[in-house]
Amino acid sequence: MAASGCRGVRSILWKYGSCGKNFCVSRSKTVPQLPVRQICVSSSLWKKNLAAAGPQKFTQEFIDKQVEEFEVGKRHLANMMGEDPETFTQEDIDRSIAYLFPSGLFEKRARPVMKHPDEIFPKQTAIQWDAEGRPFHFLFYTGRQSYYSLLHDVYEKILAIERHQDKMRNKGLFTSETKQILLTGSRWLLKEEIEEYLVENISDHDYVRLIQLMEKLLSMPYCSLEEEFILKFRKQLEAQSSKHEIPALQYDPQGVAFSVADGRRKTAKASITLRDSGSGNITINGRNYLHCFPLLQDREQLMFPLHFAGALRLAISRALLSFVSEGEVERIRQAGLLTADPRIRERKKPGQEGARKKFTWKKR
Amino acid sequence: MAAGVLSGVRQVLRGPRLVSAVLSCHGQTFSSAAAPDTGETVRDKILNFPITQPDYFHLSELFTIKDLFEARVHLGHKKGCRHRLMEPYLFGSRLDVDIIDLEQTAEHLQQALNFTAHVAYRGGIILFVSRRRQFGHLIETTARECGEYAHTRYWKGGLLTNAPIQYSPGVRLPDLVIFFSTLNNVFQQHVGIRDAAKMNIPTVGIVDSNCNPSLIPYPVPGNDDTPVAMEMYCRLFKMTINRAKDKRRQMELLRGISASV
Repeated sequence: MAASGCRGVRSILWKYGSCGKNFCVSRSKTVPQLPVRQICVSSSLWKKNLAAAGPQKFTQEFIDKQVEEFEVGKRHLANMMGEDPETFTQEDIDRSIAYLFPSGLFEKRARPVMKHPDEIFPKQTAIQWDAEGRPFHFLFYTGRQSYYSLLHDVYEKILAIERHQDKMRNKGLFTSETKQILLTGSRWLLKEEIEEYLVENISDHDYVRLIQLMEKLLSMPYCSLEEEFILKFRKQLEAQSSKHEIPALQYDPQGVAFSVADGRRKTAKASITLRDSGSGNITINGRNYLHCFPLLQDREQLMFPLHFAGALRLAISRALLSFVSEGEVERIRQAGLLTADPRIRERKKPGQEGARKKFTWKKR
Repeated sequence: MAAGVLSGVRQVLRGPRLVSAVLSCHGQTFSSAAAPDTGETVRDKILNFPITQPDYFHLSELFTIKDLFEARVHLGHKKGCRHRLMEPYLFGSRLDVDIIDLEQTAEHLQQALNFTAHVAYRGGIILFVSRRRQFGHLIETTARECGEYAHTRYWKGGLLTNAPIQYSPGVRLPDLVIFFSTLNNVFQQHVGIRDAAKMNIPTVGIVDSNCNPSLIPYPVPGNDDTPVAMEMYCRLFKMTINRAKDKRRQMELLRGISASV
């Protein structure tokens, strides 16, 4: 090939003392055996193009050597600390390093650390071709083999299902009422999760295209044949209401059921006992609630102006869970009574009047 | 370094006109130090003997002009879409539809298949390219079954011309690119044709009556729109490549036996 021939010819020029200039020498037999004098060379040829080099790559041998050294060092460390080298875990290593090299630095990543090389050196994709240079994957030359091979597989499954449908039609057994895949309570994997799965970067457009293909697969009547393949790309959403722990019902000596619950809002804490007596009396800190909240005329649920009241509301709702049925629990959750309000008081900043209020602005 | 370059060149077929470049490189001061031993001559025989035969792989028995006709390979586009440079390959036109000359197609297809077979025999990398979404899956499946490579997706800029950056340093480029359709989705010539020509990679292309055959060393005038025609081309190329690879394995086994004896 012409380029390889040129490279070979350049090697002669190296032998005769020229450096790095791209010559286009004709391949005739009468090439003189004289040193070729360089006319001028730009220093840009010698400087390493750092931007084009990309992230630093480590060879597999280098990483293997580091792993060996890590294992040996781990045993030395265990001996130093007087512990058994066989059962020396990563937590023990961290503890020993923190003891031997105490560091007062604030930045955690700047402190001395001893971890397995797989966690320190960035993951690199292995070489993707064999000894002769032939790539392993048939879509290697597209540049994005995992993503395109996924599209290829999904399309293959769509075609297989269509063939199955045609077979069923031919036999006269085609029905639309086939077993459908349960999709409620799950969502498609997000773009980041797909990128993690494929170990490749994809764009938004690609992600949308993939989801469209999966939806097309789902729209076919016999899609239950590929159920487990589809479920690999769906993530189960956790049911929200099951997360609430319902306080257990306790019984006092008179046989009256009661439950205890806590609530917090800003800096107020409320701890309440809800009894099943049915009298409707509300006592706060020993006093009647009318003394605490004289301004309110409406139901207790609208205790918004007072943050103290927000803690009470949360605690009351939680205590109520143990007395009501499952459906009511869901309704209470949907009314928003079980969500703890995470807002706290924002600190005052120097140079300002308060958290957000600024001093009067003067133009001059 | 130079010796390594030369052996690399020898391993990969770059087309008959570049064999002379290999020989002239030999004439330079640096030649590979190893004297040819029996292993080298056997290997050279395996590699050089098929080139001396006109139809070593008997590819003329794979298709006839009647097969091409029944696969509707002769149907071109309308007269208005005709490309000026395709006129030599056209038989004529009927009811405004261009008809491609199947005798010329058969010759060109024979040459193209022969070339593909020789490349596959010598262990070259073959890349199937097409931008027709209708046949992308078929072509990818064909490539996978032959053990070769396919690219039927959006062609990123420097895939061939900027390969060390696009893939990794030390990547090996394809030795033959086969275009099942030379146009992309906006009826412009596929970028791969120009890039392969820039990188001295030989190309086989199925050119329809609205395509430009100029940069393609082995054009095959024929229909690229009908599913029957595309399936036939895929089948033919797959059979050629499999045949060539089987032949190579056979030769290695035979020579391996004779060399060890």
